[in-house]
Amino acid sequence: MNPYLHAFGAWVPKRVVTNSELAERLGCTPEWIENASGIRERRWATATTSIVDLGAEAALACMARAGLSASEIGLVVLASGSAPPGFPAPAAALAARLGLGTTPAIDLPMASAGSLFGLALASRLAETYGNVLVVAAEKMSAIIERHPLDPNTAMLFGDGAGAALVSDRPGKWQIMGHVLHSDGQFSTDLAYDWNFPLHMNGLSVILQATRKMPAAIKEVLERAEISATDISVFLLHQANQNLLVRVGKTLGVAPERVFSNISRYGNTSSASMLIAAAEWSEQAPVPGPIVFAAFGAGVHWGALVAK
Amino acid sequence: MPDTRERLRAVVEKVAEKRVPQDPDESLFESGLLDSFMLPDLVSAIEEEFTIKIPDSDLNPRKFDSLSRMEAYLAR
Repeated sequence: MNPYLHAFGAWVPKRVVTNSELAERLGCTPEWIENASGIRERRWATATTSIVDLGAEAALACMARAGLSASEIGLVVLASGSAPPGFPAPAAALAARLGLGTTPAIDLPMASAGSLFGLALASRLAETYGNVLVVAAEKMSAIIERHPLDPNTAMLFGDGAGAALVSDRPGKWQIMGHVLHSDGQFSTDLAYDWNFPLHMNGLSVILQATRKMPAAIKEVLERAEISATDISVFLLHQANQNLLVRVGKTLGVAPERVFSNISRYGNTSSASMLIAAAEWSEQAPVPGPIVFAAFGAGVHWGALVAK
Repeated sequence: MPDTRERLRAVVEKVAEKRVPQDPDESLFESGLLDSFMLPDLVSAIEEEFTIKIPDSDLNPRKFDSLSRMEAYLAR
């Protein structure tokens, strides 16, 4: 039996970094940032806030909405592309912070597509582990502030965390299928190693994303025998407003079906898709099938459909 | 029938809604004629004009940077 999505949770830091504040440091205008990305502001965490701090807040919000206590979680999957390098990666510490005892915790050291891959893995592991908590937490400001600011990347990113509860128990949305893809041929076009500033070949990333995300969505919908026009909402990685619009146009769906909150949070990498899901689920969502999709560094991309 | 370069020029001008510089080696992006979100449109328009499917492995922006580079790519 296919597993179910039960609830979502999200958390963003309190500090709002407006385009005006950033533009002054970047030597550009607030309007240029908004026109290029659709972003008006983003949240940046304090210097002492960790990936575990961010992820725990979103996880607790998700568990509360799902009505679950720590003892009922069977597995944690934590995606983060901005966790500090070295080991251990933060999943075990997150599980400990949540009071999960010896519950297994898996790290996905993936950036923007991490939460999508986490949901896909959870959909297969729920049969064994029951309630699987998928968390994505990113502190992109740590990457941005570590090096001289590059206007083309510094304007994009924000901090935050999202979470989802996947379970073999019946719930709100049954997962109907997913597709995942990776292609290392373009791995250097979007990369960061903590020693040098984040490198992004914008032309390549946009070209790849605008073709691969709609293709993955079409692929998963064909398998599930669902038309794109029947989807109530597309919950996509919030990379750039112009990209969200492009994906909607390629799929031939009304713009309002493509959920967007990038104007307020910027690109929070792997967290963005689940933050979007958490906000959407709080807004009395229109019933019907939902689609998740993401594209990110690697490159990794894919889509998942539930109804 | 126009040659490949002229067909490419027409494709670029349709996507950019501007005249393309005469120099076939001039970067269409560095010159500001095209921006990053026009590149996917350009690739799709080339596929349509030349009735081809450009594989994912060829989605390298350098191949579409100038008229001469696009011409070389199509001549492979």
